Amino acid sequence: MRARVFVTLKPSVFDPQGTTVAEALHTLGYDSVSDVRQGKYFELEIAAATADEAKRIAGEVSGKLLANPVIESYRIEIADQKA
Amino acid sequence: MTFAIVVFPGSNCDHDAYHAVKHVLGANARFVWHKETNLQGVDCVILPGGFAHGDYLRTGAIARFSPVMADVVKFAEAGGPVIGICNGFQVLLESGLLPGAMLRNRSLKFQCEHVLVKVEQTDTPFTRACRPGQILNLPIAHGEGNYYAEPEAVAQLERNRQVIFRYVTPAGEAVDAGNPNGSVANIAGLCSDRRNVVGLMPHPERACESALGSADGLVLFESVLGAVKEGAVHAR
Repeated sequence: MRARVFVTLKPSVFDPQGTTVAEALHTLGYDSVSDVRQGKYFELEIAAATADEAKRIAGEVSGKLLANPVIESYRIEIADQKA
Repeated sequence: MTFAIVVFPGSNCDHDAYHAVKHVLGANARFVWHKETNLQGVDCVILPGGFAHGDYLRTGAIARFSPVMADVVKFAEAGGPVIGICNGFQVLLESGLLPGAMLRNRSLKFQCEHVLVKVEQTDTPFTRACRPGQILNLPIAHGEGNYYAEPEAVAQLERNRQVIFRYVTPAGEAVDAGNPNGSVANIAGLCSDRRNVVGLMPHPERACESALGSADGLVLFESVLGAVKEGAVHAR
């Protein structure tokens, strides 16, 4: 089972890298891009019988290691390999 | 008195710390590889600066799981003095021994310069020889030293007087002009609620001899030497 984990800074946390990327896009003329938030993306291969089980494990490792709950939040997607 | 200097793969200020406490301060010092699990006979633990485990994932995030950290946590919980310098501070934050987290510097630059830091509290093992309000000239060298905690958490740190070092201007004011990295409330260093665990981004170990531009950092190590000698702090 493959899990995708998206880790992003919480909305309340300033993202200096995202802001700089947004400024660079404005320099390129993309004024329509009003904001950029930079984050991290993980793909996990998990030996689990069900999608719920995979999601539970992905949630555990995200809370323990992949994200720092002080500054970051995460979102998990389970991709069924048969699909 | 014996200092343990923990060496992670990627630590690069371990020898600076060793030199400062052994050759300048005149105490005993030994390196402890991150895979060791024995801090016996140690009076103070130093988590040095550097890029432990390459700073992969987040600064300090992998080092927190190094085998030695279980013993460092035990030592800290028993009341032993622990100081995390720069990357060592980041490890303390990730391990939960100190609250908060580090963000990329607001400049997005690796800031490498001397800064002024005000000693806000002198009732910790690492600041007891300082004068209240003393201003120290210390170097910083970091890309992620922008301290962050939720407003309620910062308020609690202030209430508990856990902010022990603040970035200041030459006039001693903790204002934006004196803040090199964007840290909330100009926080440069913290102590734990029991005050025996201290973390700071500036490098006192690199400022222990005037030939290096400043000897202001030595007072931190003199402080803990005095605290241990007088029995004011120890792991029990």
